[in-house]
Amino acid sequence: MTQQTLAEIWYLLWAFLWGTYFTFEAYIVGTGILFPFLAKRKEEEQQLKKSIGPFWDSNEVWLIVAGGVTFATFPKTYALLLSSFYIPFYLILFSLILRGPGIEFMDKILSPSWKKKWIWILCISSFFIPFLFGVAFSAIFSGLPIDEKGMHLSFFDVINGYSILGGFTYTVLTLLSGCLWTSYKTLGKIQEKAALVAKIVWGAAVLLVFAYFIVFINFTTLFDSLENAPLLWSVPALCVLALLLTIFPLRKKKWLMSFVLASFAIFTLFASGFTGMYPDMLPSYIDPQYSLTLYDAAGSQLNLTVMLWVAGLILPLVITYKIWIYWLLKDKITEKNAQDYQ
Amino acid sequence: MDIVILSRIQFALSTLFHFLFAPLTMGLVILVAIMETMHVRTKKDLYRRMADFWGVLFTINYTLGVVTGIVNEFQFGTNWSKYSTFVGDIFGTPLAIEGLFAFFLESAFIGLWFFGRGRISPKMRAFSMWMVALGSNTSAVWIITANGFMHHPVGYELKDGIIHLSNFWELVTNPYAIYIFIHTLLSSYTTGAFFVITVSAYHLLRTPKMDFFRISFRYGILFALFSTFAVIGTGHFHGVYTAKAQPAKAAAFGSIWESEEDHPYPLLVIPNVKKERNFIEWLKVPYLGSLLYTNNIHGKVPGLMDFPKEDRPSVHPLFWSFRIMVGIGFLMFALPALAYYLYRKKQIFYNKKFLTILVYSLPLPFIATNLGWVVTEMGRQPWVVYGLLRTEKAVSPISLGEILFSLGGLVLFYSILIIVDVYLLVKYARKNPEVKE
Repeated sequence: MTQQTLAEIWYLLWAFLWGTYFTFEAYIVGTGILFPFLAKRKEEEQQLKKSIGPFWDSNEVWLIVAGGVTFATFPKTYALLLSSFYIPFYLILFSLILRGPGIEFMDKILSPSWKKKWIWILCISSFFIPFLFGVAFSAIFSGLPIDEKGMHLSFFDVINGYSILGGFTYTVLTLLSGCLWTSYKTLGKIQEKAALVAKIVWGAAVLLVFAYFIVFINFTTLFDSLENAPLLWSVPALCVLALLLTIFPLRKKKWLMSFVLASFAIFTLFASGFTGMYPDMLPSYIDPQYSLTLYDAAGSQLNLTVMLWVAGLILPLVITYKIWIYWLLKDKITEKNAQDYQ
Repeated sequence: MDIVILSRIQFALSTLFHFLFAPLTMGLVILVAIMETMHVRTKKDLYRRMADFWGVLFTINYTLGVVTGIVNEFQFGTNWSKYSTFVGDIFGTPLAIEGLFAFFLESAFIGLWFFGRGRISPKMRAFSMWMVALGSNTSAVWIITANGFMHHPVGYELKDGIIHLSNFWELVTNPYAIYIFIHTLLSSYTTGAFFVITVSAYHLLRTPKMDFFRISFRYGILFALFSTFAVIGTGHFHGVYTAKAQPAKAAAFGSIWESEEDHPYPLLVIPNVKKERNFIEWLKVPYLGSLLYTNNIHGKVPGLMDFPKEDRPSVHPLFWSFRIMVGIGFLMFALPALAYYLYRKKQIFYNKKFLTILVYSLPLPFIATNLGWVVTEMGRQPWVVYGLLRTEKAVSPISLGEILFSLGGLVLFYSILIIVDVYLLVKYARKNPEVKE
């Protein structure tokens, strides 16, 4: 394969890995944000903790892999993106630093005040992770101030109407994902509460996703390229469709189906952005000729080939044992079997 | 202060902080996995409780290893963007493989091990712990493959001012990386072993008859005997290779100014950097220097004067870090050796003095491993990629405010986390595992 073809394949994989991270992070941070509001008794807290405890770390690895793959296959994108979005990325990193101990340490000392502190740390850090990722990627999707000398990001290039809308859209979708995951994994009072919240959040998510697409289609150049490839409109269409359909299995208490649909909506929301940007990785709003495209940023032919072999061999294995572990831990979490896990 | 210095401080701080947790993870996991296996084999409840006790300590430490590690992966892009652009075609690849192969493995199976208690079979739990061991140990392979390239670039070609991968096999068989890897892995095993030894010694001081800690203690001693011996041996060969690949570093950590054959090694040295010689060089052992640096008593030892001043690493931090690391290394070999001797004579469990010394030896491996990295990485200076890219040309075009923001935040959050971590580890290590709360 030529270097160009390899680079195009890697763009798809790159988008797939980031999308997968955002999808699997969603139910963890969603549950994290709602933790202090959903769980009122000790048993309920245990149930929530047990529903995300085994998975938060291995889902976060999707981020490490997405970051590593960006570095390995598109070094220029990695360097320009991270050094330009310096403050937002550090805020995300600080949130990630605090989120893990929030889950892992809350029960290490049996004291209500200790636990309460870590639950609030978990809640607040869980909010900033999806919000800031939503902001950062929406800012990229809506275009960046790149000229012939490079990127000169000002505060309002990161924080503006588009990016804040994107931040809230993704955050609300994570709430939906978290509620549905809780409904699927737990039994008892906490499940009823989560299902109720899911229905309300679903309404908000539909509104925001519609607003997101209307704004991005009408006021940014993100989807202009789809004029030449109308079939690709199916990606945002699938996002909207999946989200709309989420409510039906939810009403019938088919939690898993509902959760899968919501997750698919999250994945396709980001996939829409990556589809619209293609072949740009960091699009310029000053002049498209200054955009950093996948062809500008891609690594050497040998490197991309090695990486493709590695990913092709390891990813199927990873997905297999991940599914196996979900299956091994498939039991519903009741108030009884969620006993103390310190 | 300028951005370069602050960026270096931030990188050193965050990687060294991460390396308080990583070696304990890599070492302790082996012992917990062995305990799990013993439980499967003997079906004795004692091993179940041992694996749970050490396993909880493992997870507290592991959590911080995970969350501090993620900062390091993104820091190359945020703070060293010119470096990342220059070297990404080679350096990013092992990082991506590390995530794909190692981190997925350890993170998926630690969740299964911890939350699968009572739900999965003992065999599955043992298998999970071995998978965590495989994941954490192979993660070191890949990160050090990346790191090795910074010290000894191989398998590349320079095109358009940046590095391109030209030979993947050369990259993964980089001898420099292999030396660092083995030395790091064994020092991590030493850390794990000393952790088990000191916590067991603490309990044996109070309850000398407790089987739980007698057996744990024996595991720790045997593991430490092997690993401390091997860490010294591999350290020597690592040093010899360093003298070949990075002579300026080797000269600096020995504070050797003039290159020389038949070099005698002074046991006591105080460097005088200004005058480019040493204040004192006492207790010279004939030929020892050549032997240590070249494996040959007549070999030529590199001296700092061979290099222009701007190409030399700073002598003081390297020299003292190296000396202290080596001193601690030998001490860490002597302690378990003596402990094993007393154990064979059946005198150890009531020897309060010696057990107390062991309890206080806990910081030793942490100090030694981190000083080792100070030698390795500061010895690479002034280069970020040895001979190819200077450190001051590698930083991101960021503002002073930005670096102060990230550095301040990291100091703040890491300070909180280390206090919580030590508090929790001490609390759990002191618990009597035979008493149910």
